[in-house]
Amino acid sequence: MMEKILLAGFGGQGVMFIGKIITYAGMLDGREVCWIPSYGPEMRGGTANCSVIVSDEEIHSPVIESADFGIVLNQPSYDKFLLRIKPGGVLVVNSSIISTEQKRDDIEIIALPAGDIANGIGNPSLANMVCLGALLPKMNLTHIKSIEKAIDSVVGKKKPELYELNMAAVKKGLER
Amino acid sequence: MSRELLKGNEAIAEAAIRSGCRLFFGYPITPSTEIVEYLSKHMPKAGGTVLQGEDEIASINMCYGAAATGARVMTASSSPGYSLKQEGLSYLAAVELPVVVVNINRSGPGLGGLGPSQADYFQCTKGGGHGDYRVIVLAPSKGQEMYDYTMLAFDLADKWRTPVVILSDGYLGQMMEPIELKERPAAELPPKTWAITGAGSRGKKQNLASYTLTNEIGEAENLRWQAKFEKMRQAEQRWETFHTEDAEYIIVGYGSCGRIGKSAVLNARKKGLKVGLIRPITLWPFPVKAFENMKNVKGILTVELNAGQMIEDVKLAVNCQAPVHLCNRMGGIMPSENEVLRKLVQVFNLAVEV
Repeated sequence: MMEKILLAGFGGQGVMFIGKIITYAGMLDGREVCWIPSYGPEMRGGTANCSVIVSDEEIHSPVIESADFGIVLNQPSYDKFLLRIKPGGVLVVNSSIISTEQKRDDIEIIALPAGDIANGIGNPSLANMVCLGALLPKMNLTHIKSIEKAIDSVVGKKKPELYELNMAAVKKGLER
Repeated sequence: MSRELLKGNEAIAEAAIRSGCRLFFGYPITPSTEIVEYLSKHMPKAGGTVLQGEDEIASINMCYGAAATGARVMTASSSPGYSLKQEGLSYLAAVELPVVVVNINRSGPGLGGLGPSQADYFQCTKGGGHGDYRVIVLAPSKGQEMYDYTMLAFDLADKWRTPVVILSDGYLGQMMEPIELKERPAAELPPKTWAITGAGSRGKKQNLASYTLTNEIGEAENLRWQAKFEKMRQAEQRWETFHTEDAEYIIVGYGSCGRIGKSAVLNARKKGLKVGLIRPITLWPFPVKAFENMKNVKGILTVELNAGQMIEDVKLAVNCQAPVHLCNRMGGIMPSENEVLRKLVQVFNLAVEV
């Protein structure tokens, strides 16, 4: 089994970070993983995106033409990536700042006010992790336990308080 | 063995340290910058030095100086920066100094763009600088190979007294994959008796210069270099095959295109098409031996991120045994595996829906 995930938003919304956490979780579970950032001028102000593949078998092509899952944190990303989700796939949308007028019937769109939820727990920059939480029940190769381990490995050792914050945001998304 | 999540560029840097490289001279440029960034942080801890030259020309010539003392040394850049290093590379080839040079190919010509590209194939494999020389060119296709081939590059450089180029692209440089941080493999390498280490007890003067004052010496030197290149051509061809045993069609791709090609092969097999893949690992010497027996092959498709450069070497190697076509993207765009398969079906007129 192979799951392809696209993540996109403004630079600074933590798009690369969600990707890293999913990738790390996959690696800790002993799976094959690959994480590709958009790089170059896009990192300096425009939309940032990254793609992640988690797989039971060797990953050959790293290029994602259409993805099983997506998380979009801002409007330009929604407009750009709505058409890049496979029929039957799932797209998590930060409805705090995205209008979902343009729709698709062949994918599941989970719209949640991730920005407001993150504000509610005291840190607007955690909208990314709220969205990740909302996507988790849909994913087959990524689970909350490995996400916990991944967040601990990536931020826990240096800044234990960030581990708590990030996990709180993921759980808010899960409870949705 | 434990795996670490590293960018391809970081894997190259870590492998360099573990290969005993203690000197790095370079000038940062996207998408290769993580190499100098990682080394600046970790090389000093290993007792080494990372120095940012005033530009790429200075950096490659610092490599000349360091390599002349017998030290393992590396530099890294991306296309426009790699162009600036060509004069230095020509000199290094002439005085036969082992230096590892990384080119994380971005799109060109000119300042170009930051996207993945293979448009430096000609420049890297055909010499690049002035004069008649070749350097070994290695083309990794995944993070682990960025690591493994870097270790191999240092050994090949020492074995043949030659610069070795690692040619990759921004996609592989920026991509994070789990990497096994293997120890340096054992290698039997010739002693560096040519190194300039101070005459000391040796008693005789040595120099490393490439200026020949007479044409006769010039020709003799060129014959000697060409003889060495011929030996390298015979000894160092490397490639990987994937489902080629019964293949009627063969995809040829290196680096990123090699792995996209593998996905295309697997998709083709699901549709009942007998497709295989040859992935050149050494771009120079080009793996001509991989194409010796093409009698059951009906067609070949090269996949490249350029206007069609490697296809010339493929055609020379195939020597008219089968038709050779091109599937390419340029300017920083990658093809998907389905695009490759569509092209294959189209150019060879196969009755399959993709």
